[in-house]
Amino acid sequence: MDESLAFLMSIFPRLLAAVPLTLGLTLISGVIGNLLAVPIALARLSPNPFLWGPSAFYILLMRGTPLLVQTYLIYYGLGEVLPGSFVQNTFLWPYLKDGFWYAVFAFSLNTAGYTGEILRGAMAAVPKGEIEAAKAYGMSPWLRLTRVILPRAIQICLPAMSGETILLLKATSLASLITVWDIMGTARQIQKETYRIYEPLLAAGIIYIVTVFLLTRLLNYVERRINQHRAAPQSA
Amino acid sequence: MDTTLKVEDLHKRFGQVEVLKGVSLSANTGDVIAMIGSSGSGKSTLLRCINLLETPNSGRVYVNGELIRMKALPDGSAKPEDQRQVERIRSKLAMVFQSFNLWSHRTILENVIEAPVHVLGVPKKEAIEKAEALLAKVGIADKRNFYPNHLSGGQQQRAAIARALAMDPSVLLFDEPTSALDPELVGEVLQVMRKLAEEGRTMLVVTHEMGFARDVANQIVFLHKGQIEEQGVPSDVLAHPKSERLQQFLSSTRH
Repeated sequence: MDESLAFLMSIFPRLLAAVPLTLGLTLISGVIGNLLAVPIALARLSPNPFLWGPSAFYILLMRGTPLLVQTYLIYYGLGEVLPGSFVQNTFLWPYLKDGFWYAVFAFSLNTAGYTGEILRGAMAAVPKGEIEAAKAYGMSPWLRLTRVILPRAIQICLPAMSGETILLLKATSLASLITVWDIMGTARQIQKETYRIYEPLLAAGIIYIVTVFLLTRLLNYVERRINQHRAAPQSA
Repeated sequence: MDTTLKVEDLHKRFGQVEVLKGVSLSANTGDVIAMIGSSGSGKSTLLRCINLLETPNSGRVYVNGELIRMKALPDGSAKPEDQRQVERIRSKLAMVFQSFNLWSHRTILENVIEAPVHVLGVPKKEAIEKAEALLAKVGIADKRNFYPNHLSGGQQQRAAIARALAMDPSVLLFDEPTSALDPELVGEVLQVMRKLAEEGRTMLVVTHEMGFARDVANQIVFLHKGQIEEQGVPSDVLAHPKSERLQQFLSSTRH
């Protein structure tokens, strides 16, 4: 037991060194995915079937298939197609040799599907009167979207979006299956090197839970800042 | 006199129901027109057709002599020919809503400067100075950093009036501005509106406040079933209603 604990402690530094990679994967995929979610939600709310149809299908696809399947398809599928294509001669090529960017690609698309659906609900929940006021004061559709609808919708769905971010952080562990040395990937590497099964997993679990805890605190803080209008009034 | 607002032969249908059956109306600079009528008479719809929150099926609306260009669609409805023109004209027709409709994610001051800065392109500093003066005028200067949800209904409606004034509008459109307020808060809003009327602002007011209509308006329009049933100077119209409908309406509102 003592020996096991000692081993557990000894692998922490290596696993901790992988935390920035996991966080980077979460951050980059989260930002790209949430940005992509905006046009998806907009298309989903459009009365035009050529817009909402593909958008609804995309959301169904992303939410209806396992992320692991999506990740494999993108990694092995693109990995099959891209070499020898024109992409090999572009600035993108160096990136496309690295599993990390395939993981970013897969997680972004997946997040876009989930957040797109959340954002659609939130945009539909923005009070009609506030949008009408924006119209009545001469705002263009673009101004109405950027000054009223999106800021309000983001406030409304912020708790759900924080939840998605936490899920994304944990889902990035799948990247370990496509040669990304994130926390989970490093744990698997240690397993292979030492033939120890439980300690690396346990250590990885501890690091994930602490990271999730800290991220939750951060997101709660952001949420409070952004939703000030719901808090008690402050003096002028 | 200049005709600030002119409405000609406005028709509006919701499905099979014809809500406006050919309404014409004009307001000169400084006119305060009170539009009264029972619910369902079409008075709010008329107001909302003027700034195209509802699209009329047919008819013409002129603001400062400029016609809002519409084109007829095959299904009997119509749509604006140029959305930019609609946006430009809307910015001259500031509306005050029954349920305030302040942007709840912005403070009171931000609400007031929002459209001047982003729609009219007024420099922010200038907009803020003006907004502060307007908030002082409606009596809520101390609430400028509050969010709408933290204010009483009467304060929110006064903020909404400041938001409207910040646009330097040609016409102020009031859509039952006191109907959503607690009775004790109605007075403070009417008082602000009275002040605006005295300043010579052109106002179109849909209201159930007969006292306001009598004392402040210089013209009363009585709508019934989508048509103007009677119209004229308040002292005349209210004291000597000619039509039976108006007589009935007045006796039901007088307690």
